[in-house]
Amino acid sequence: MLEIRNLCAEIDGKAILRGIDLDVKAGEVHAIMGPNGSGKSTLASILAGRDGYTITAGSVRYQGQDLLALPPEERARAGVFLAFQYPVEIPGVSNIYLLKAAVNARRRHQGIPELDAMDFLALVKDRVRFMEMDESMLYRAVNEGFSGGEKKRNEILQMTLLEPTLALLDETDSGLDIDALKVVSKGVNSLRTPERAMILVTHYQRLLDYIKPDCVHVLAGGRIVKSGGAELALELERQGYAWLGGEAAGVAR
Amino acid sequence: MSQSQTTLDEIIGKDYEHGFVTSVEMDVIPRGLSEDVVRLISAKKNEPEWLLEWRLAAYRHWLTMTPPQWASVHHAPIDFQDIIYYAAPRSQNDGPKSLDEVDPELLKTYDKLGIPLHERAILAGVAVDAVFDSVSVATTFKDKLAEVGIIFGSFSEAVQHHPDLVRQYLGSVVPVGDNYYAALNSAVFSDGSFCYIPPGVRCPMELSTYFRINARNTGQFERTLIVADAGAYVSYLEGCTAPMRDENQLHAAVVELVALERAQIKYSTVQNWYPGDKEGRGGIYNFVTKRGECRGDHAKISWTQVETGSAITWKYPSVVLKGDHSIGEFYSVALTNHRQQADTGTKMIHLGRNTRSTIVSKGISAGHGQQAYRGLVRVAKSAVGARNYTQCDSLLLGDRCQAHTFPYIEVKQPQATVEHEASTSRISEDQLFFCRSRGLSPEDAVSMIVNGFCKEVFKELPMEFAVEAQKLLGVSLEGSVG
Repeated sequence: MLEIRNLCAEIDGKAILRGIDLDVKAGEVHAIMGPNGSGKSTLASILAGRDGYTITAGSVRYQGQDLLALPPEERARAGVFLAFQYPVEIPGVSNIYLLKAAVNARRRHQGIPELDAMDFLALVKDRVRFMEMDESMLYRAVNEGFSGGEKKRNEILQMTLLEPTLALLDETDSGLDIDALKVVSKGVNSLRTPERAMILVTHYQRLLDYIKPDCVHVLAGGRIVKSGGAELALELERQGYAWLGGEAAGVAR
Repeated sequence: MSQSQTTLDEIIGKDYEHGFVTSVEMDVIPRGLSEDVVRLISAKKNEPEWLLEWRLAAYRHWLTMTPPQWASVHHAPIDFQDIIYYAAPRSQNDGPKSLDEVDPELLKTYDKLGIPLHERAILAGVAVDAVFDSVSVATTFKDKLAEVGIIFGSFSEAVQHHPDLVRQYLGSVVPVGDNYYAALNSAVFSDGSFCYIPPGVRCPMELSTYFRINARNTGQFERTLIVADAGAYVSYLEGCTAPMRDENQLHAAVVELVALERAQIKYSTVQNWYPGDKEGRGGIYNFVTKRGECRGDHAKISWTQVETGSAITWKYPSVVLKGDHSIGEFYSVALTNHRQQADTGTKMIHLGRNTRSTIVSKGISAGHGQQAYRGLVRVAKSAVGARNYTQCDSLLLGDRCQAHTFPYIEVKQPQATVEHEASTSRISEDQLFFCRSRGLSPEDAVSMIVNGFCKEVFKELPMEFAVEAQKLLGVSLEGSVG
């Protein structure tokens, strides 16, 4: 589904990614871990199409197309979803309005009829219950005055509505208490199907107790320095990044 | 970064839609202004002597005045001798007896603008008085309104058929010498709308006027007077467009509202005069005086305006709260894009006891747009228990536009409550990226964020107008961020 080859990117002339290679197949969940500043969030942002990065080399193919050539909205309509580390607030725009606009943008792209207000309301209320959220948040302005945990739940709510093909979760677990973490994980796990793939960017093994990854990669200094199965995350939890030596240790220190 | 900016530049750069010119034969007087011109206009309209004297008094007063310099707008001095003060479609000379006699070209113009004249009016349920350059062309629904005693039609007709009412109220809210442009208007106004709602009558439909400047080098000086007698209610809509011209055209209107005891007037404007091109050539100078007076106790006047057009807007719809317990409201969305300038706001003058006023102003600046909110809240010693709430928000798109806020507060009554809140924000790249990563196009994202910003004002507009305003805002923003 996703093939990243020798991806190099810089911001303001400073190299952040220095040759990433990664293959993600349908049905797989990949966790990307690594010390602060290793480029994890940058990778997620670049895949979603955020401005401000210069791609200096490499390619990204998603379902056979050149992902980097698409503007962010077309990536989204093609099934790429980024759950933001810091979801933005949009004063005056109600959450339900944004959700409906997003769902219908995707449906238009897929060539299926847009949902009318009644059908959409039924759908969204169902998902709100599933995410154990209060219905009143549908009518509040997008993320305005939401707590950190509410914002993250709201991201996953959007994800369950948009049913992406490739989900990128950027530190969705940071700032969550244990109950919220369970709900968020429940939302993510509900979307695990053989047709979908996910990339979880995280600092902590804790999330992986709830969402079991197929592969774990350690990103350090803009490169993937080690890949393994779920057990790699446990190893990192015990020993930190120092035992990996080289760049991983260098950046960690 | 650059990619989204380019896209936003495209959004903000769309062309003005109403820029066509209608070719009808015009009755035009030579350019320039003098007592003779004032007399000529008055004679063409077959006005009574008192009105001519009123105009001449205004003209003589105007000669002693100088244009106001305090507004935060910049333009070359206006040559008032280079303006044509009267232009009317030729067919008006004989006076159309019904819509059938109105020049078909003219009706086509209104069709293009989507104004509901004729049967379309019936479908839309809106009574329209359309003002084309200097004269009022047609009024729909007049008979139906007359059944409940409502007088609605052109100002000229009102002068002929209801001279006493006109004489009683004309200039009673905005005196001839009120300000430079109001004095000019009083001297040369050519037409406009007049509306009188008798006591206890709730106007059964939205009343509407559509203004259009068509002829070259003309000014449009319309005069609107609305009187709601005791216990009456009326909702009035006003819309404006003009063709694209390279030179600037002056629009100096005066609107007077009078609300007697327990009367309510709701006045909504969607102003989309030609704003000039992207470099700031051409466009309408919109120098307008709008004021309402709550003359009786428990009266209420509410202004709602969406200002997206004009090269320069200079406009302060105000309310004088004379009656005890009277209420004044001002809801405004003003948008400046490209080289547009707007200095707009309101005045709330509290004189009566327990008077209340609410001001919600939303300013949006894009491109090189310049915008100022200028508001005065004055609470006189007599206004025991007066309250005001003001909220003033600015939204910036891009980094070359400006927003300023000039709130003036004068309180002479120690028990008054006056609140003022202000904020300035900009549409951030993060907000745009967030919306786009949910599948929204940049245009839809900007429009959604801007509409969210304006929501408090749009909800005050009548339904049809709210939809139009939202669309207009989308169009006016096309090509705006960068």
